[in-house]
Amino acid sequence: MTQAVNPEELAERFIGLEQHEATHDRLVWGMRQNRDKSVAGVPEWEHLRELASQIKEHTLTHLDHYLEQFEQNATKLGTHVHWALDAEEHNSIVYSILRDHGVKSLIKSKSMLQEECAMTPYLQRRGIDVTESDLGERIQQLSKEPPSHIVVPAIHKLRSDVAELFARNLGTDPGNSDPHYLTEAMRQNARPRFMSADAGMTGANFAVAETGGFVVCTNEGNADIGACVPPLHIASIGIEKLIPRARDLGVFIRMLSRSALGSPITQYTSHFHGPRSGGELHVILVDNIRSDRLGSADFWHALKCIRCGACMNTCPVYRRGGGLSYGATYSGPIGVILDPGFNLDKYRELPFHSSLCGSCSEVCPVKIDIADQIYKWRRVVAGNGMLRLTKQVGMSALGAALAHPTLYRGGEAVAQTALSHTPRFLLYNPFNPWGKHREMPTAPGHTFRTWYLKNRRTNELT
Amino acid sequence: MISSEQPKPAELRRQRDQGRRIGLFIPCYIDAFFPVVGIATLELLERLGCSVEYPLQQTCCGQPMANSGCQEDSAATEALFVNCFKGFGTIVGPSGSCVHHIRCHFDAIEQTPETKKVRAGARELVEFLHDDLKVEAFPWAAFPHKVGLHNSCSAVRGLGHARPSERIIEPYFSKTRDLLQKVPGVELIEIDRPDECCGFGGSFCVTDEAVSAKMAYDKVHDFHRHGVEYIASADMSCLMNMKGVIDRLKLPLKVIHIAQILNGGPL
Repeated sequence: MTQAVNPEELAERFIGLEQHEATHDRLVWGMRQNRDKSVAGVPEWEHLRELASQIKEHTLTHLDHYLEQFEQNATKLGTHVHWALDAEEHNSIVYSILRDHGVKSLIKSKSMLQEECAMTPYLQRRGIDVTESDLGERIQQLSKEPPSHIVVPAIHKLRSDVAELFARNLGTDPGNSDPHYLTEAMRQNARPRFMSADAGMTGANFAVAETGGFVVCTNEGNADIGACVPPLHIASIGIEKLIPRARDLGVFIRMLSRSALGSPITQYTSHFHGPRSGGELHVILVDNIRSDRLGSADFWHALKCIRCGACMNTCPVYRRGGGLSYGATYSGPIGVILDPGFNLDKYRELPFHSSLCGSCSEVCPVKIDIADQIYKWRRVVAGNGMLRLTKQVGMSALGAALAHPTLYRGGEAVAQTALSHTPRFLLYNPFNPWGKHREMPTAPGHTFRTWYLKNRRTNELT
Repeated sequence: MISSEQPKPAELRRQRDQGRRIGLFIPCYIDAFFPVVGIATLELLERLGCSVEYPLQQTCCGQPMANSGCQEDSAATEALFVNCFKGFGTIVGPSGSCVHHIRCHFDAIEQTPETKKVRAGARELVEFLHDDLKVEAFPWAAFPHKVGLHNSCSAVRGLGHARPSERIIEPYFSKTRDLLQKVPGVELIEIDRPDECCGFGGSFCVTDEAVSAKMAYDKVHDFHRHGVEYIASADMSCLMNMKGVIDRLKLPLKVIHIAQILNGGPL
């Protein structure tokens, strides 16, 4: 078996960095609050959610049709369309295009799909210099860490962490953590890389079947420079990004940034329709297990995701433990339901890194039943015999006791005695996680049942 | 808000006439650790004219196993539950979380007509009082305290006890709040994150201890810094979690189940 990611342990470590956890929780909760304020200004919000969900469900259930339509229309515009079955094929297509064009340096904007395919290390191993152009992604790249959030990749860092990182990498003053100073330093550092790059890569937020165009939403405009300065632009697009018509964009664009950061729209919403004059545009349509997911009755709805990050912002577990605790490309509630689909063995613990509070399902702009899917993934993990042994044994013992009233009452009596008679140092031991930060409940001396037998007439009903 | 109005005798009669035979479901952890909550629930339902029976062979609804993904291990417990309650059209339990399991999950066993009937008849105490009995007053109760309301996740988002904060665009309502406001003396205090999870989450509280404890500390501090005396909830499991923190930190806060407030005790 693959070594499973242990999100509990990683989260505990993050919580141990008290200032990081507190700042992270405050900032990420702040995004949730901004989302609430922004949503309050759109009276038809719930209607939009329903509409967005229906458009996505329609597209996903007619995906073959819309993909072919997209390919035809994109080709008419002069775009080269490629198909990749998995991450490996995606990466090799990218590399062969770059190699054919003699590309030495690549500037890329944020793309979760390219993260998913582990594209950057693949290209770097083949001698291509890859630079992330989104500020947060660049911070993560310099830190040799994956993004911890879909929208704000370095949100788990303090300003002082960034100052230290930039001091080491860009030669800035380690004592100066002023955001304007640091951003300007990165701007000056990145500018020559933009200007000298041989190729630019982007992802896509939406691909429109009827036009063959696609849309990239950013707040920094970095995707636009990357796509428009070098002569070659390659966009990686997951097949679930399709929408039927240009006018459907009106629904999604209104929801995307409101759900993510609480702003009405991203600073840049760029539409790409074929190559610009003198340039070349390649689009790679990537499956990478999406078809498998589409065939799963319980989990296909996860493909509706538009990667806004609202579920992460509202998630109390994500805010406390941080995005890196998931040890995966996708973190937060959406990560919990996406990651096990890529590698159940590795991500078998993720479905348990949730209190099942259900807030994620309520904020999701496309109405993915995230919490229900987390619940169902737990069954998949247990059904595959992948539960931690302690849990496996504990649950079957508990199940046996609770199925037998006398056994259960015997257990109750033992617990009562243990709670009232065990010395404190024995009760609060390393094998009692509850006792680490919390007191145990006190033993009341009698159960409800014994009280009932004494105080009410008995009705043996079974 | 103190109401000086007492319900008229006709109103009390109407409430009594609506009484019916119900099966009382006392979840395992309430039976074992918080019998007063069971007693308060029973007395309250009796005061409201219900004929209440407590099936003696009941143990649990099966949620602890099912929530961990262990379908098979919860089947026998779910079967026992159906066997205990099959004779009742209405089953009332003072726990949003357990009733949510019965109504919305509870599929480890075959969905026979009997099972479906038990599932459909399961009512959480607050919804039973608010929606079914439509109780207008609790003249026997008074609670002159600053109360912070904790709506559990399964009650708010699972059973619809209140409009969840995420649905900011929809009209506000809270059944738990409605009921508490009918008790003279109750002063409801607002907190910063009203329906943020307390971090209990069943076995989550031990398997993800650090995150769970941090959530619980944050939640308790939210109540504490707003001057709350009592944290009230329809879910004793959340309260057990928060009480664990309160006792550890020795904070001047208490927890109380809504049944205890509406029934006027026992504490």
